[in-house]
Amino acid sequence: MIGGGLLGLEAAAGLKVQGMDVTVLHLMPTLMERQLDETAGHLLEKALTDRGIKVITKANTKEILGTTKVEGVRLEDGTILDANIIIMAVGIRPNLWLGKDAGLDVDRGILVNNMMQTSDPNIFSVGECIQVENRTYGLVAPLYDQAKVLGSTLAGKDSKPFTHFEAATKLKVTGINLFSAGDFAAGDDRQEIVLRDAAKGVYKRLVLQDDKIIGIVLYGETADGPWFYQMMNAGDDISEMRDTLIFGPAYAGGGGADPLALVAGMPDEAEICGCNGVCKGDIVSAITDKKLGTLDEVRAHTKASASCGSCSGLVEQLLALTLGDDFDTNAVTAMCACTDLSHQDVRRMIISKSIKSIPDVMQELHWTTSCGCTKCRPALNYYLICAWPGEYVDDGYSRYINERVHANIQKDGTYSVIPRMWGGMTTPNELRAIADVADKFDISTVKVTGGQRIDLLGIRKEDLTAVWADLNAAGMVSGHAYAKGLRTVKTCVGTDWCRVATQDSTGLGIQLERILWGAWAPHKLKLAVSGCPRNCSEATCKDIGVICVDSGYELHFGGAAGMHIQGTQVLCMVDTEAEVIEYICALTQMYREQANYLDRIYKWADKVGYDYIRSVIVDDEQERKAYAARFLYSQKFMQNDPWKERVEGKEAHHFDAPLVPKKLEETV
Amino acid sequence: MQNWYEVCAVDDIALRGSRIVKTAKGCVALFRTAQNDIYALNDKCAHKQGPLSQGIVHGNLVTCPLHGWVFSLETGEAQGADKGRVKTIPVRIVEGCVQIQLADQTALTG
Repeated sequence: MIGGGLLGLEAAAGLKVQGMDVTVLHLMPTLMERQLDETAGHLLEKALTDRGIKVITKANTKEILGTTKVEGVRLEDGTILDANIIIMAVGIRPNLWLGKDAGLDVDRGILVNNMMQTSDPNIFSVGECIQVENRTYGLVAPLYDQAKVLGSTLAGKDSKPFTHFEAATKLKVTGINLFSAGDFAAGDDRQEIVLRDAAKGVYKRLVLQDDKIIGIVLYGETADGPWFYQMMNAGDDISEMRDTLIFGPAYAGGGGADPLALVAGMPDEAEICGCNGVCKGDIVSAITDKKLGTLDEVRAHTKASASCGSCSGLVEQLLALTLGDDFDTNAVTAMCACTDLSHQDVRRMIISKSIKSIPDVMQELHWTTSCGCTKCRPALNYYLICAWPGEYVDDGYSRYINERVHANIQKDGTYSVIPRMWGGMTTPNELRAIADVADKFDISTVKVTGGQRIDLLGIRKEDLTAVWADLNAAGMVSGHAYAKGLRTVKTCVGTDWCRVATQDSTGLGIQLERILWGAWAPHKLKLAVSGCPRNCSEATCKDIGVICVDSGYELHFGGAAGMHIQGTQVLCMVDTEAEVIEYICALTQMYREQANYLDRIYKWADKVGYDYIRSVIVDDEQERKAYAARFLYSQKFMQNDPWKERVEGKEAHHFDAPLVPKKLEETV
Repeated sequence: MQNWYEVCAVDDIALRGSRIVKTAKGCVALFRTAQNDIYALNDKCAHKQGPLSQGIVHGNLVTCPLHGWVFSLETGEAQGADKGRVKTIPVRIVEGCVQIQLADQTALTG
């Protein structure tokens, strides 16, 4: 990574998380020298080094080595460093030729006035390419402000002119807290207040001029950042509270040291999200008026924390403050109230410590409750099934009722039953058997589902096994319509019937369903195979989709069509059905092994990166084959029809008949 | 008039499991916790009458399968921000058998 500025360090940390060896080369003596003073720069360097990122400062890159591809770099002092990838993040310089050619006045950027108007009154300009009041901008917040000014002008409304403000900088690297804003160079007319706690890695520095804050550097503990920043931008006189200013609002007249009190003490106009210019008041009124309850909802409605995400914590605190007990801030990171560990921590330790039962997880990982809760038990049960196929014994009592009894509970306590229809295909015999079951058990509602099969609703729990026995007799098995696992593979009629189909989408869908059924997963898994790009089976909003084309198969993943809607992304193109199956088995297994419980594929992919998934499944043949092999191994233990097993008496205690009270000769 | 009624053996209820007792006035849910304590509650969630007997038992709590309300098995009180209470039914163990106290007209299953 050439360049140890904001973007370079965020990228370096991101690459490190993806498992690469990263070296940062920085020209200046300390990192992020534009935002941090020397001390904070050293603290940051140490924190990055502790994470395994090598940092070389005063490194002047002389030459990029390699003939057909990059092989390394040579520094000015002669040092040669090997590299497979070089990323440069060395600042931006506007490319001015277009403006120049158009005859506009340019300097370091295209010159505009406060209304974003260039020297040609009919041309306006915003963004990183402009220079306004002798300043150029690289951070997104002022650019959004420029766009607002321009938007109003274009809409024919009066707009306030663009005015400069000091944007605050945060480094978006998990676990490193850093906040800086304003001007922090020393000077004769300036004073500074510094708080240093080396052992805790805390460093805070405020630069003052005329009793006003003009610069802020916070490292290690940044919660007070927005408070200082608010005062800096407002030009507040701090002489009254100067003695305790550095300790933050907890001591300077705000509430207690509780972070919530700090947020509570902020004025409504305090900016929470610098990227999108969203104030505290906007967020609080959105939470109240629109009844928002989660970070995602606040993001959707206000855009706060929707860009870089570094103010997510503040937004959560506002949620907690506004909603009270209804909002659980801990849920965001810890798996549940029984532990401080995250889902990923727990998954990792199950493997590294070879933990093979729920009580052992709770014992070894110091659960704070004796037998877990509704959140962690189903997650742990799944993680153990996934980690130890064929070895771990499923814990029915740690499953939600639907998975425990292999049917879907309804609002009146009855159940619904959906037999599997492979690839959405059925036969007259199956339909007859379904009709007979509906008659025999007085099933009032028979519904065709969105997954191309038939739902029988209103079945009493005590009738479930008898219903399944009849369906089994007609050759039908559980459709797992209740499972965090494979649900359906939707298909169109393909080359069997369709005049425009390019491949046997139905046959491929059936093959996929035959291979994937029975697999438990972090969440439900729905697939579709379309015979041509007209996409009649809607494969591009599924967890995994296949679009058949003349030359082969386009594989898709990460679609969603529930509360959240998003189209899939392309995984890759493959030539044969065998490859489709291998790639999909591998992707499914990677998802099974890596995702947090209750994350659909798209949520997992949003977190780890679609490119990362492609780099494993598409680019790394060995890894792909290993994932696919692990999937097929695991399936050996999964593909037993749970209905048949229960008809034969497995886990009969989950289907015990109701008890009848017997009166005793004792009056109370 | 209230009477003690015998319903099953302790071992007829799995640890962290439940059983249903049918009565003339709806079902009673019997729970056995991991710590081997036995409780009896009306089998109707205070929220939308969901069958608590089908929920997950954790500690001395049960989570309703319909909308995730959590109730104390001991007091029947809803936990967290939810407000409501499910009727608890007196239980005792006599020589490995579970007995619950019911009014005679409740117990009759007709």
